[in-house]
Amino acid sequence: MIQQTFGKFTKWKMLKQLILKDIDVLVIGSLGIVAFISFFVGGVVSIQTALNLENPLLPKNLIGFATRQSVILEFAPTFISIIMAGKVGSYITSSIGTMRVTEQIDALEVMGINTYNYLIFPKIVALSLYPLVISFSMFLGVFGGYIACVYGGFSSSADFIEGIQMDFIPFHVGYAFIKTAFFSFILATIPSYHGYYMNGGALDVGKASTVSFVWTSVAIILLNYLITQLLLT
Amino acid sequence: MIKVENIKKSFDDIPVLKGISATFEKGKTNLIIGQSGSGKTVFLKCLLGLFSIDSGKIFFENKRLKEMSLADRLVLRQEMGMVFQGSALFDSMTVEENIMFPLGMFTSKKNSEIRDRANIVIKRVNLINANEKYPDEISGGMKKRVAIARAIVMNPKYLFCDEPNSGLDPKTAILIDNLIQEITDEYQITTLINTHDMNSVMEIGQKIVFLRNGLKEWEGSKEDIFSTENEAVTNFVYSSDLFKKVREVYLKK
Repeated sequence: MIQQTFGKFTKWKMLKQLILKDIDVLVIGSLGIVAFISFFVGGVVSIQTALNLENPLLPKNLIGFATRQSVILEFAPTFISIIMAGKVGSYITSSIGTMRVTEQIDALEVMGINTYNYLIFPKIVALSLYPLVISFSMFLGVFGGYIACVYGGFSSSADFIEGIQMDFIPFHVGYAFIKTAFFSFILATIPSYHGYYMNGGALDVGKASTVSFVWTSVAIILLNYLITQLLLT
Repeated sequence: MIKVENIKKSFDDIPVLKGISATFEKGKTNLIIGQSGSGKTVFLKCLLGLFSIDSGKIFFENKRLKEMSLADRLVLRQEMGMVFQGSALFDSMTVEENIMFPLGMFTSKKNSEIRDRANIVIKRVNLINANEKYPDEISGGMKKRVAIARAIVMNPKYLFCDEPNSGLDPKTAILIDNLIQEITDEYQITTLINTHDMNSVMEIGQKIVFLRNGLKEWEGSKEDIFSTENEAVTNFVYSSDLFKKVREVYLKK
């Protein structure tokens, strides 16, 4: 499938429109839910960290530090990607699956169009912008942590800001983006595969979406482990 | 002209087409009839290249499909138009965009020229005030017209229709049949229609091929079908009392 996706290319004029449409639906359309989840989960991480710092000898700036590390290393790249497997992945599987069930893919094939390239390539290109979504999530996660911590009275603004600057290792951000780049490819291809090769009717579109979500999540979790093992140990 | 010689196709060792040979002539409406499961759709999809055949030969204008280069096959695909059973319109596009789609994809015409050509075809299939509507906003009969318009917009040499009037009321079904017949005559297309609608058989069956259990059981014209003694054909075509009476009257005359 991947080989054929990069095979005979669709006319650029048409492909450009498909890419822009997919950027709108898959990337820009996901910003709202990503912002909402990131902000509140960042807040919860900082509150829980604060509540677990009972020892008065531990500095308050640890709240900011822990929030930053959790959000940048795991929450934004991995947790958001799992959520995207549900949102974006289901959308991709059901939209391609519906095209399969209603013979729209057959109609494209009869016209001589490379359906892999026409349907899947724009999604891969659109989701190459996915790291931008994750950087947005990182910012809002830490910001949510700051708001919850400072306005919840768990630490001062200065302590939190000191915490998020403390022992900062720039490679951690690089590591997060490397993971994200792999996840974006998984998010575009596994759901496309399940949509493209599905059989049956409307009910099977739903089943394919569920199966696609499970496999995309499994692939993300396993790859997350593998990349972490390779890059951080 | 399309010619097939002894084509066979199986799925998971279950034979669906068991060796079909036939010739479908240019400028004629060629009907493929048979009970559900007789292999009609598989046969059509094999000709379209959506399924590869296990053995046999398919010729388009005496050129064997298997021996065509990739470029020739691509040209051939652009010479084919297909009307799917469920119309298969792109639901994210308007009626006009659906019809413009093949032109935008395969020609280097300007957008205004593409729109003009699409509107000529829209007029030809009698679609009124539907250009800006989406497929889910129009009736089944209109969807079929859009599908026909999309199929003929590139001036195809071959038109394939899979159950073009299924799910339509009798009046609309006849209109769609007549439209296909007119287009076939007008553009001298080789038209293949899969159907088990007996009204279509009687109305537009210039050549009829009857499939049974993956084999060609009978072939002839709509006139021949009245006088045939083939039991499988008569049992299938004249299964209703009405058609039995119609046949009796025809034969008496």
